[in-house]
Amino acid sequence: MTPVDIRNVILEILSDISPDSDLSNLDDAVPFREQMELDSMDFLDIVMELKKRYRVSIPEEDYKELASMNSTVSYLSQKMINVGV
Amino acid sequence: MIRSADVDLPDTQRIVITGIGLTSPNGDSYGQFRESLLAGRSGVSDYEIRYFGKTLAGICHFDVGRHQSRKDARRGTRAGSVGIYCANEAVRDSGLDWANVDPSSVGVYIGVTEHGNVETENEVHELRGYDYDTQYWSHHHNPRTVANNPAGEIALNMKITGPHYTIGAACAAGNAGLIQGLQMLRLGECDFALAGGVSESIHTFGIFAGFASQGALATHVDPTKASRPFDTNRNGIVVAEGGCLYVLERLADAKVRGAKIYGEIAGYAMNTDATDFVLPNAQRQAECMEMALRRAGITAEQIDIVSTHATGTPSGDVLECEALRNVFGRSEKTFFNNGKSFIGHSMGAAGALELAGNLPAFDDGVCHATINVDDLDPACQLTGLVQNQPREIGKVRYILNNSFGMLGINSVVIIKRI
Repeated sequence: MTPVDIRNVILEILSDISPDSDLSNLDDAVPFREQMELDSMDFLDIVMELKKRYRVSIPEEDYKELASMNSTVSYLSQKMINVGV
Repeated sequence: MIRSADVDLPDTQRIVITGIGLTSPNGDSYGQFRESLLAGRSGVSDYEIRYFGKTLAGICHFDVGRHQSRKDARRGTRAGSVGIYCANEAVRDSGLDWANVDPSSVGVYIGVTEHGNVETENEVHELRGYDYDTQYWSHHHNPRTVANNPAGEIALNMKITGPHYTIGAACAAGNAGLIQGLQMLRLGECDFALAGGVSESIHTFGIFAGFASQGALATHVDPTKASRPFDTNRNGIVVAEGGCLYVLERLADAKVRGAKIYGEIAGYAMNTDATDFVLPNAQRQAECMEMALRRAGITAEQIDIVSTHATGTPSGDVLECEALRNVFGRSEKTFFNNGKSFIGHSMGAAGALELAGNLPAFDDGVCHATINVDDLDPACQLTGLVQNQPREIGKVRYILNNSFGMLGINSVVIIKRI
């Protein structure tokens, strides 16, 4: 998957988790939590969805990498390099 | 020593209903529900659920988004959504200035028949797709299945910081929730109680399969005819979802704020058969009704309407009628009806909903019917059974509401016109 594909996947997961949030103006450099209502259970939803959809396992010590879109895509680019779209 | 009478209590110990919020398969408000009951409109329809397949159910159609965000609805449970809808509607109906109510003065007491089956079944079903590898088990499972979930979701949604919990009481739960609310108000544990019952049970295949295995699940070619308590051809229960929550407060407080008062909980009782897992015990049911009458300080002859529990099972209906004849045999002025004949059995919500279907009688003097009695079972003969068509019965002063459940749990509530 390319970084663009990964970004789209994350956007899709976020829109499932938070269906009332407007993601069209999401700033990729700013933490998700500063732009939308997300708590620790929501972040676990991101982790679980990635695991279910792509068998990508994210260890707990790496959860901090999911803070913003930029950090998430950067982190997942390596892990999902061999994952097909 | 069991207290025998609640008469001559001061207004600070008299508990009244000042708000009602409900959703049922044939109406999403107090007015709509009553209208359907008087019109003989059933809420039972065809239904299908995984593994079990085609069956019948009472399905609610309330607008979840009216009081809950899509995000919270996704995270929570159906029972939570039912509760949130009913609680918000009840508070709105009560006329309380909610923004200025101390959130720590409100208690949430929600009766449930069961909770957690829906979510557990969903997760196991999902896990099957991952070869039962539990690392795919949802982190939402525990908050969704803890027994206090529906009450907790209401508290979260409405920012209530007083006590919240559910009362697990099988199909006696709706009354049990009301009774808990009354007791907590009398103890001074809260100033307002949101109390009653909810049910999400149609979303668990297990309840349908369980009743079917027990030979207690209703079938009929016409869904609207399937729930038929007291009829010779009744063949079991129609499972329904629903909810009904009341705002309860002390009469003294209700008077001060000039609240509309639907009625006073004048008497109540709960007891236990201690005889069988599923088969009711007519003697214990009669004792429960008599205890409620004693506490209300009245006799059976003073009850105008009895809202029966009957679910449409062959033996359950007969046993309740036996209990009713024992208690009300000499009363010529008492009328009997049944809410499940319209909507099926809404489990934890049933007692609370069926009461709400009868409270308008204080205003209109009409006893709604029990429908689908095409051929009355002689063993269910009751003088005063209002069959198929509502009946004008004049001024209504007292309503007695029965709600019984598995493991021999019995509950009775008596509401007095005020």
